[in-house]
Amino acid sequence: MENEEVVLLSFWACTFAGKVRVALAEKGIEYKSMEQDMVTKGDLLLKMNPVHKKIPVLIHNGKPICESQIILQYIDEIWPHKSPLLPLDPHQRAVARFWADFIDTKICELGKKIWKTKGEEKEAVKKEFMESLKLLEGELGDKPYFGGENLGYVDVSLLPFSCWFYAQEKVGDFSIETDCPKLIAWTTRCMEKDSVSRSLPDQQKIYRFVLGLRKLFGVEE
Amino acid sequence: MADELVLLDFWHSPFAMRVRIALAEKGIEYESREEDLSNKSSLLLKMNPVYKQIPVLIHRGRPVCESLIIVEYIDEVWPHKSPLRLLPSSPYDKANAMFWADYVDKKIYPSGKLVWGATGEVQEAAKKEMIENLKELEGELGDKPYFGGESFGFTDVALIPFYTWFYALETCGDFSIIEECPKLVAWTKRCMQRESVSKSLPDQYKVYCFLMELKNKFEAK
Repeated sequence: MENEEVVLLSFWACTFAGKVRVALAEKGIEYKSMEQDMVTKGDLLLKMNPVHKKIPVLIHNGKPICESQIILQYIDEIWPHKSPLLPLDPHQRAVARFWADFIDTKICELGKKIWKTKGEEKEAVKKEFMESLKLLEGELGDKPYFGGENLGYVDVSLLPFSCWFYAQEKVGDFSIETDCPKLIAWTTRCMEKDSVSRSLPDQQKIYRFVLGLRKLFGVEE
Repeated sequence: MADELVLLDFWHSPFAMRVRIALAEKGIEYESREEDLSNKSSLLLKMNPVYKQIPVLIHRGRPVCESLIIVEYIDEVWPHKSPLRLLPSSPYDKANAMFWADYVDKKIYPSGKLVWGATGEVQEAAKKEMIENLKELEGELGDKPYFGGESFGFTDVALIPFYTWFYALETCGDFSIIEECPKLVAWTKRCMQRESVSKSLPDQYKVYCFLMELKNKFEAK
């Protein structure tokens, strides 16, 4: 392990980078985090991800791995012994990947639209967002974590998006806990873990960030 | 084994084609059930309640959804069924294969839809982007026979179904793919020599007619 060099090109508010930080922390992997300027992209980012020019990028012994889901699966294969993220059974793995993909597609897109839209459009988005969260709550069921007794692939995938819940509730004027109490209980449970709380941004900080974004995009009620 | 494996299918779907190719590569018997997408079966709605989309692979009564997740599942459940696995065993090479398969979903599919589906400026912009995307893929292929190297692999499976769109793209977009990307076209010919591919892909002209019908229906609304 001493000869391993692990670098993460990151941005503090980025949910996709947050997944990788949580995964590395869960597995106790030391790494160097390099905060990126999302407006003026640095040479290293452009060199390591010339196709999409986006973070996160994991650089392991000089070689880049891009796309958060691919990075998580890579991390899980390279360091399988501590806190495995994916189960061993192929069907359970497929189910975990399905929900991670659902989170990246639905929760991400709808979550963004809540702060980007207004009026009737915003109401429609809120409704769809809550339906999506309910589906996830259904998948969680009565388990402590999506991964069962321990944090797993779906937990790590959803946690960074949960940091935006407070901002979404304030801007959207609704309560996630009212309709999804088990999901909120799950976020509280996860945040008690150091690997999670130290890897993810504070919800108030995200709220201030969202207010700034709304000004930038000229979104006023 | 055929009664244990059912594919909810649609002949013209490039995503369903991926699954057919993967199963054929591995010589696995299955039952294919063609879905009427305007009148979805109760089985489809039960097996994929979240998206209600094909393809869905039902293995011993349990569904697996999302084409790339299904192909990965097939590779994991039947690793010894083919002389070679579709995904490389090295974690880095596997991550690279997945990255380019994901690229097909993020880039080729959306820009392709607009080239055959849109008109005017939107179509022009999509055509320009499509050509850039195809060239980027051609760059990744390089001088290798397949994206997987010497062997047909995961990225090849992900991309080759979109070969069925080539006639539609060239006709609607008024450009020649072989002129822009000769190596990529040579790769498509090479893939089509594999029975797993040629038997899984419909004729390009039939696909063109199908896509134009879809386009007309959409424009009529």
